[in-house]
Amino acid sequence: MRQERKADFLATLAQRRRTLAKGWYKYSRNPLSVLGLVLLVLIGLAAGLAPHITPYPAQAGAYTDFKNAGRPPSGEHLFGTDRIGRDVFTRVIFGYRFSLLLGIVVLGLGVAPGVVLGLLAGYHRGTWIESVIMRVTDVFLAVPPLVLALAITAMLTPNLLNEMFAIALLWWPWYCRLVFAVSSSMRSQFFVREAELSGASEGHILFKEMLPNCLAPILTKMTLDMGIVILLGASLSFIGLGAQPPTPCLGTMVADGAKRLPGEWWSTIFPALAIVIVILAFNLVGDGLRDVFAVEEV
Amino acid sequence: MAKYIGLRLVQSVFVLFGLSILIFFIARVVPGDPARAMLGYLATQDQLQAVRVEMHLDKSFPVQYYYWLRDLFHGNLGRSAYTKRPVVTDLVQYVPATLELILFATLISLVIGQAMGILAGYFRNSWFDGVSRLVSYLGIATPSFVIAILLLFFFSQILHLAPSVGRIPIMTQAPPIRTGFMVIDSLLAGQFSTALVALSHLVLPAFSLAMIHIAQEGRITRSSIVENLGKDYITMHRVHGIRTSRLVFKYLLRPSIIPTVTVIGLDFAFLMSNAFLVELVFMWPGFARYALTTMLNKDLNAMVAVVLVIGLTFAVVNLLVDIVITFLDPTIRIQRRGG
Repeated sequence: MRQERKADFLATLAQRRRTLAKGWYKYSRNPLSVLGLVLLVLIGLAAGLAPHITPYPAQAGAYTDFKNAGRPPSGEHLFGTDRIGRDVFTRVIFGYRFSLLLGIVVLGLGVAPGVVLGLLAGYHRGTWIESVIMRVTDVFLAVPPLVLALAITAMLTPNLLNEMFAIALLWWPWYCRLVFAVSSSMRSQFFVREAELSGASEGHILFKEMLPNCLAPILTKMTLDMGIVILLGASLSFIGLGAQPPTPCLGTMVADGAKRLPGEWWSTIFPALAIVIVILAFNLVGDGLRDVFAVEEV
Repeated sequence: MAKYIGLRLVQSVFVLFGLSILIFFIARVVPGDPARAMLGYLATQDQLQAVRVEMHLDKSFPVQYYYWLRDLFHGNLGRSAYTKRPVVTDLVQYVPATLELILFATLISLVIGQAMGILAGYFRNSWFDGVSRLVSYLGIATPSFVIAILLLFFFSQILHLAPSVGRIPIMTQAPPIRTGFMVIDSLLAGQFSTALVALSHLVLPAFSLAMIHIAQEGRITRSSIVENLGKDYITMHRVHGIRTSRLVFKYLLRPSIIPTVTVIGLDFAFLMSNAFLVELVFMWPGFARYALTTMLNKDLNAMVAVVLVIGLTFAVVNLLVDIVITFLDPTIRIQRRGG
């Protein structure tokens, strides 16, 4: 008995490994996806180890050194220094921490409710439950997220927490619509019918039967959305509605430096490029996953 | 067909109704005193109370909404706390500037996006295809405000090729307002040099807005061209000796028209929201900058109106797109007639 179970386990493991290897083969066919992955790993490591790898970690937050203010890029300050003498390279790396944190928190809070509502609407296709959920979703999708996020953050005290809250509040409808599209087409398929006939509970059907079949598009969309959420967050902090100084935030750094263009270009251009690179990396990885999972809905 | 459009109209009205409740809710439940925001910190209690009564802030939320909705049907969106003028007056003044910008951006993205997609698709795997793919990736990954700042930096501040901010130079006499579009108004008034200057002021902000859409439309057109290039009907036309230009514009481009029209519709609202950032960078005196300023000043009436205008634009444009597609695509026409 125990032997058997062990053999079963090993077989599953081997199969998982084969699936992974096949997925990786497909993924690695596209050099751009691999480039995206490399960029992401580098950015993630740099952000995680920011206090240890940046040259002047003390200068990330509240710090002034007017003697060294506005220095152009050099060996000492790779990206130069800003108007109050802080090392721009250090602040960019620390800025990545907040960008990634924003993306993770927003998707962490926003995806789950969207997925649950989408499953419910898909399972109860054609009933009042679907109508209510999907019409409310339509309302949230009736204006671009930036507009509603601006309205909400402008009403609240501008800080990182409220920025996350505002964007997370706007993110569930996208997943609701995606999961609804996938799960409603699954509704009348045999595996769902069979589960119903054998008396499975609704919770079992939703989460054990339908959800696993929605995971590929959800995962792909989450990767692509990391880029979009980071872009949205950068836009909000560019306007001044995100994390407040002295928090090293990429959008704020761009806005701050823009006032000193064209003279001290480095304090704007480098944070701006940093934003572009992280969004680009998520997009490339997302495209790669789309190829691997062969999803079209996202 | 008429039935379908009617259904869509009802849906749009429903969505806008829901949107008004949502935005009204956001505007009224947040902490802070709208009356105080309107009058400033020197106002007396009596003055505050008067404004509260005028804006029905002393009533419950549903009652406030009822009054607001009643005023809306009389064409009254309330008074802006920031400009102290009726919101409708403000909108009439600021919307055309943004509309001019957005329409110009749409034009740019259509022309360049199509051209890029056609060339990249026709000469696929060439160096041009590679460059256009790079442009597409960067266009999608770069926030509009970053593009705006980069363009401002390179073309205005370093190369001095384009003017930096505003619609026309301060010393220039603006033409009398007829359409609200600076370029067209100048032409109508016979001021050709002003029209040219106004156009040059449009270029950088419009490009900042258009970049992401150039990328998207380029991709759509390219993949459609690549898909159709190998098909038999194209080979047959080639064998018959049809000129390449005719082949591309008459036969190859046609399948990509429908996705392109769809994307233009979806993009319209996103152009409006990206205009919030681009107008800020270029100090463009438009709707988006008005919207941003009023939001930052907790100007409730203006904020509700602004969000609704964007929602309305989105709904109308998408309805138009749906109608256009129905006429373009016979299969959809027949489907909708049946359903």
